[in-house]
Formats: sequence, structure tokens, C-alpha cells
Amino acid sequence: MDTSSTQTAAAMQPQGSLSPELRLRLYRLMYECRVLEKRAYDLFMQNLIKGTSHLALGQEAVAAGFGAAMRADDYTYCTYRGHNHTYVRGVSMAKILGELMGTTAGLMRGKGGSMHLTSVEHGVMGSYAIIGAHLCIANGAAWSAQYRGSGQVAVCFFGDGTTNIGAFHEALNLAVIWKLPVVFVCENNLYMEYTAIGDVTAVENPAADRASAYGLEAIIVDGNDVDVVYKTAIRALEVARRGGGPSLIEAQTYRHGGHSRADPGKYRPDEEVQQWLGKDPIPAYRQRMLELGIPDAEIERIEADADAKIDAAVEEAKNAPPPDLSLADKDVWADGGAAWRN
Amino acid sequence: MAELTYRDAVAAGIAQEMRRDDRVVLLGEDIAEAGGVFKTTVGLLEEFGESRVRDTPISEQAILGATMGAAMTGLKPIAEIMFSDFFAVCWDFVANEISKTRYMTDGQVNLPLVIKSGNGGGARFGAQHSQAVENWAMAIPGIKVVAPAMPGDVKGLMAAAIRDPDPVLFFESKSLYATKGEVPDGEHVIELGKSNVLRSGTDVTICALALMVPRAMKAAETLEKEHGISATVIDVRSLVPLDTQTILSETAKTGRLVTVEENPRLCGWGAEIASIVAEELFWSLDGPIVRVTTPHVPLSAADNLEDAMLPNAEKIIDAVRQLVD
Repeated sequence: MDTSSTQTAAAMQPQGSLSPELRLRLYRLMYECRVLEKRAYDLFMQNLIKGTSHLALGQEAVAAGFGAAMRADDYTYCTYRGHNHTYVRGVSMAKILGELMGTTAGLMRGKGGSMHLTSVEHGVMGSYAIIGAHLCIANGAAWSAQYRGSGQVAVCFFGDGTTNIGAFHEALNLAVIWKLPVVFVCENNLYMEYTAIGDVTAVENPAADRASAYGLEAIIVDGNDVDVVYKTAIRALEVARRGGGPSLIEAQTYRHGGHSRADPGKYRPDEEVQQWLGKDPIPAYRQRMLELGIPDAEIERIEADADAKIDAAVEEAKNAPPPDLSLADKDVWADGGAAWRN
Repeated sequence: MAELTYRDAVAAGIAQEMRRDDRVVLLGEDIAEAGGVFKTTVGLLEEFGESRVRDTPISEQAILGATMGAAMTGLKPIAEIMFSDFFAVCWDFVANEISKTRYMTDGQVNLPLVIKSGNGGGARFGAQHSQAVENWAMAIPGIKVVAPAMPGDVKGLMAAAIRDPDPVLFFESKSLYATKGEVPDGEHVIELGKSNVLRSGTDVTICALALMVPRAMKAAETLEKEHGISATVIDVRSLVPLDTQTILSETAKTGRLVTVEENPRLCGWGAEIASIVAEELFWSLDGPIVRVTTPHVPLSAADNLEDAMLPNAEKIIDAVRQLVD
């Protein structure tokens, strides 16, 4: 980590005064995300989930920290690696797995798939699969919130690879000049798909080192420390809500697996993988909670609940019927149909 | 009735809707202070203020992204893409995002938005500022496509596009901005998806769009006077939804169809109409369906080269005479 650009991280001591209840909530969110995506991986291996998937195993602290910090009516914009960002807003495991499996239990009854999870009622305004676009779209939601005076904030998650596409730069510039209530969160997991981000980027810190170009503070945080993420999120959300404009946060993290289902991630050095597995956010946080005197029994209850919940969710998602064929030509238009001619 | 220019009718349509609905907002390059490079948004900043009429940087992706995000969270935005050629730098938002979101989300998200854009040739701007690209848009499920030819339709169709719950691409013909026409006073709205029969004849039906409409009308008048050929002229107005019933019924009456398209030859909108008419009206036709288009080349800047490529009354007359005679 480049300590010269981590003023905010320095101010975010992980041992700050979060309540035990909040810590248990953060742990529960991370643990449930982990269980959800591990099971999604198993279901892929069983060919019960088709197509592709982009798992965020190892990156759960970013989703959990922000999910716990956001107001219920804030907007989430995420990427195809967005299962966790969707889950932490309150969407059920069954609705996510159902969508991945293409059954009527799914959020969109199979019309979107893994890469497009959306749940408007939970503020999840979409998972976007074309790199960069959703930063621009999140601006629009933030503009709408600003115009309506609703106090809502749009939070936009993306990967390190996104920082090299034009839409990233267009979005940051517009967000700053319009002082939009939007928080951009770069999850730097060190790889854009199969290539080390450092090999294809002009600067060391792909998001933070670009911040100054838009007059923004360079913020780098430990994305594997959920307390740090949570506190960073609280601060950025508060700034946005009171009219202080956008933030750009680079959360350093690591994905435990490859880019997508097809990628075993063999291009990564073993020592690097081992080092980051040692920084897994979930066991580290469990240990911290124990050290802070949170009873093991409470933690174990969270874990047992999650394990039971995922089993029930898999059954619900798997047993739901496939979508009726009539759905294929519904909902192109607001009238529910697909007619392009009379 | 007032006589307005095509460009003033654009602003009139937007202003009418901004007065009745404060969710309607406008954004684009040079559209506020400057009133638009084509002067289609003059007076809107003054009347509605800078929170509703916003200048943007030269960032077409940021413009369309902001438009989409605002539309999915309660506003009814209108974006200007200055030249329709510039859609090529933000096509992701049209082809992947705006068009597909309602469908992919199983109807959770509606996108009531309008993207207006100066389209087409005839102004000597060269190959990257003169394209007629309405057929690009027509090829994507989930986008409505409108291209008016006269000021009254500009105002009425703009109003309808703004009120429509779906995304609408609104193509303004750059070479028609200075033309004048009658525009009804007071609230004026024209239903999307309805073509307009401008002239009824007996020998041939001509379908035209935008800049091609006045050229088709001129051709029809000459055909009548000088060649004794009686032509129906349909202003298609809306490519999606497409008013095939009017096209089919008017073609059935004359037995012959000519389409007049500004777009380059391949995959132009006339090909889709020709295919529909061939499938559904084949046994009522008295001759082949003929397409008059710009050749499959980029447009040149020089007067004579650009004029030689674009369809005009003479080319339409030639095509019709070959078909009818």
C-alpha cells in the first residue's frame, strides 16, 4: 500500500468503537456472502448453473462494509461481480441463486442471469456487465436524488480494470462538476480479468492515483478489513448526503478464485495467492471479535444460521419451475409487450 | 396556428412538456447557455433554470449514462447528442444498457427518456457529421425511433416522446432545421407509431422519412404534372413502432411501392418495409418494390459530391417512372 496517499485509511483505525451488535452484523453479512458464493460455485460444478459467473470470494468485506453503512433508500450500482453487493441490500439467497439457475425463484425469473442481478425494491439498481457504463448511470441516479432533494446516495462498485476505460473518466468528471451524491468504490483485486492490473496501468494505484485529476482526495483503504470499509463508507456517504459531492475510494482486496467460471487463475504466483489467503477477511474478523470479547457462541450461531439458510435457499431455487416460455417476448416495452409494428 | 421553424418547434415541444411536468429535465453539450449548436433549445435555460437545463462536457457516455440513471429513478430526462454520428462513441448506452434494462430486469425498471440528435446530410459537413443513422437504432429491440419531417410533427412527436414510458431516439433532420411550417397553438401531441399520408394517388406509393419527405412530395408533384403519374406519399415518421397497416393499405391501393431513404443502401429501413410488403402483400403488387437510397458510401463534403449521393426529386422521379412506365 502506498502510505503517502492513505490519509483516510490512517484515520480509520480498525479498533475503533463499533458496537458488538454492528460487528456481528458485519460478520454475518460477510459470512453469508461467502456461503452463498461457495454454494454458487458448487452448483456451477454440478451444471445446475449455466453460462458464466464472476465470484467475489475474498472480497466480501467491501460489500458488507458498504451494505451495513448505506441507508435503505440509497442506490447500489454494481458489476457482474455483484452477487454480494446485491445480497447485502437484503435480497434473499433464493432469489439470487434462482436467477443464477434460471428458475422462476430468481429475481428476474431468469431474464437477466448472474451478471444482471437487479432488485429495485432493495435499491439494487442493477448489475452491469459492460465495463464502465454503470459509473455514468450511477451519476444519473445521484443527479435525480440531488434534483429531488431526497438525500439519497448512489454507491457504485467496480473493479480495477474499469479505471482504464473512458467511461470511468467521463463519469468522475461529471460527478465532480455537478457535485453529485455518488460514491465510487474501486475494488482493486490486482487483476483485470487474466492480466495483472499493474502491467496495463500507467500508475501504481489504478483508482486513487487518478483522483487528483478530478480534484478528489486519494483514498486507499484495506478492503479486507470490514471495520475500515464500514467507517470509510459512513464518511463518504455522509459527505455525499450533505452536498459535499462524490468520493473515489480504492479498496485493496483479492479474489480467491479466477476471473470467471472458466478461469482457474493460474497466472497468479502461488506465494501471492497464499499471502492473500492469509489475509482472508472472514477468519481475521472472527479472531478480532473474539479478542474484543464477543462470545464465540454468538459467532457460531451466525455460522449455523447461514449454513441452514443456504440449504433452504438452494432447495427453493432449484425446485422452482423454469420460466414460462411466454416470458421471452414480454416486457420489452412498458406496456408489457414486445410489439414493434401494428 | 403559428408558423415556426423546425428548430423552434423542437424547443416548443420540449417547453410544452417542461411546463406541465417538472420531472422533465434536459442535458447536453452547449444546450443551455448557447441554446444548442443547432439552436433547438433556445430559451429553455431562461424559462426553466439551470437545475433543469444543464450543459455537459463533451462526454457522450456520461450524458447518456446520466440520462438513463435519472430515468430509472424518477425523472424524465431529454438528452441531446449533438450530431447523430456521435452515437458511435456512446452506443453501449443505446445498444446494451437503455434498450435492454426493462427486459433483463423482468419489468422492474422503466426508462422514460428521450435522446434527441441532429441527423443526416445535406449540410456539407463531411462523412463524420452527416450520417443518417436511424437504421442503426431501428436494429435494436427496446428503442423507439422517431424522425419527423415538418415543424408541426416535430412539436407533437417530441411531446409524445417525452410522455412515452419507453426510451425514444428522436432524430432531427439537420437540413430541415431552417424550414417553416404550421404548428398548432396550445397543447399539441401526436401519437407515436402513426405514419401520415400526405398525398393520395393511384399509381404508386412512396414511403419517405425526414429530409426525404419534402423531396418525395416534390417528386410526386412533378410526376403528376409532367408525367401523368399519380403518387401517394407517406411520411413514415416513426420507424419503431412502425405503422405497417397504413403502408400496407396504401400500397394495396396503388400496387406499387417505392421507399426513399437517406441512409446508405445496406440494411436501410426501406429494406424492412420492402420485406414486410413482399411477405404480406405480394399478390397485390403490380411490380417490384424499389428502394431509392444513398449509395453504400460515406458522404463527401463538396457540394456536388454530396448532392450526387443523396436521394433527390429527380432520382425519385426516375425510379418511379421506370417502375410505372
